Amino acid sequence: MWSSLASLWHDTKASLAFVERNFNLVKRYFAWEVVFLFYAIVNTLTIGLIGVRLGPEEVLYLVVGALLWGFLSVLFNEVSQSVSWERWEGTIEYTFMAPVRRMSYLLGVSFFAVLYGVIKTSILLLAVAFFFEIDLSGANLWAALVILVISSFSLIGLGLIAAVLPLMSPERGPQATHIIQGFILLISGIYYEVTVLPSWLQVFSAFSPATYTLRAARQAILEGASVWQLMGDIQILILFGIILIPLGYWIFTQGEKYAMRTGKLKRNG
Amino acid sequence: MWALECNNAVKSFYEAENNGKHSLFSRPKKKEIFAVNRVSFQVDKGETFGILGQNGSGKSTLIRLISTLLLADEGEIKVFGHNVLDERLEVRRLINRVSVDAAFFKKLSAWENLLYAARLYGLNVEEAKQRSLEILERLGLGAEKFNSPLENLSRGQQQKVAVARALLTSPVLLLLDEPTTGLDPRSKRDVQDFIVEVQREHDATILLTSHDMYEVEKLCNRVAILHEGRLVAMDTPENLKSKYGETEDSSLEDVFFTLTGMDWKEVLEDVE
Repeated sequence: MWSSLASLWHDTKASLAFVERNFNLVKRYFAWEVVFLFYAIVNTLTIGLIGVRLGPEEVLYLVVGALLWGFLSVLFNEVSQSVSWERWEGTIEYTFMAPVRRMSYLLGVSFFAVLYGVIKTSILLLAVAFFFEIDLSGANLWAALVILVISSFSLIGLGLIAAVLPLMSPERGPQATHIIQGFILLISGIYYEVTVLPSWLQVFSAFSPATYTLRAARQAILEGASVWQLMGDIQILILFGIILIPLGYWIFTQGEKYAMRTGKLKRNG
Repeated sequence: MWALECNNAVKSFYEAENNGKHSLFSRPKKKEIFAVNRVSFQVDKGETFGILGQNGSGKSTLIRLISTLLLADEGEIKVFGHNVLDERLEVRRLINRVSVDAAFFKKLSAWENLLYAARLYGLNVEEAKQRSLEILERLGLGAEKFNSPLENLSRGQQQKVAVARALLTSPVLLLLDEPTTGLDPRSKRDVQDFIVEVQREHDATILLTSHDMYEVEKLCNRVAILHEGRLVAMDTPENLKSKYGETEDSSLEDVFFTLTGMDWKEVLEDVE
């Protein structure tokens, strides 16, 4: 009992090591963070400006899409690129030979991704609200936050699945994760309703958690829908999380075994 | 119980033939390369065991097998009785490693990198900071470098931080994979002296791979010579010289030449 608790405490502390390390990296790469943030703000504003001619609701529709996609992209990128980043720095072997369960590593990376995503999205939201003078009095922001939190699990699960690619192929894996990300962007109705997609592509939309995140978050922000009214999408997102996180973890551990068998953990492949 | 036990370890990789060139509709042909081929040895607790070999002889692969970073195809490796395959977490608590390239988050400072390692190994942060400063001072790296980004430190200074990172966690088995390759003579001596001190004062077991004959002779109780993945000889440096040396004043270099047919100068050129 005590040894299990001690082990759990050690794992929790180890998970926080990854959060602390990543925030230290953000601090050291601060100039780049400012550049990326500036680009993200400009990108979100230009997307919002496309809707100005069509009316304030259309601006909000596009801006919500851009903000949510920004958040989901951070989650997906931070988790899926964690291996590539460590391989690039050359530290992957040191991290992987530390006495830390892989689950703690992935939890730490995911927890950082959520924190980093929330901070970045909040800054974007402030910039957008200031620029467009958006009236959010009718929006249910709590319901939108609930959606964001619940959808994080499924996106982290997808990130874990994608993280296996750089583990298995140091050369092509990182690029392949961008293909997955691009496909999610295409099918999930980030800037348009999924109904405008060709019918054969709409089939795939049903399997993207981002589709339900966007739909539910827009209902919360544009129509003031309550958590109760969004329960259908929330249940689907919970189901995605329940399936994708264990599946992602399992795939990642299998990928790690493959990398350990073939010697692909080391820096140069 | 042995500190390290390696029984018939085998590890092979597949390398594309013909530089990976192949037709559009076929897969590239691959040939099997044995990096480690039926290697067996035991290392006693508190012993410093050296492995000599040219580049590509299998030294680093062997270290990776012991460090739980590679899965052996055949054979069994145990660290203080724990199998590296089935008891990875237990083995990882007992070991640490310094490799030829000081792998760090280069933008982070020495302390931020060491703090990360300390947290992963569950160390108390204040104690880790104190110990890091002590180790680095002992290695001749001033406290003023403690908060500098690693990218601003020289290769020798980075390697000293790598040694501090490994020793911070008080490993009972220390794996040193060419820790002094590429260092200036002063840094090399600092690191070598510290290895002797660690072995003497902390009773750590050390596995050292090196290209430096004098280093191996100075630091190791026993030496194994690895050639093309196979262990061709293993004994104390004195016994190796008396067994395989052609004259009374034969050096380890001569022994290496006798056993592998390779001139040590060729090996060093390969390293450079």
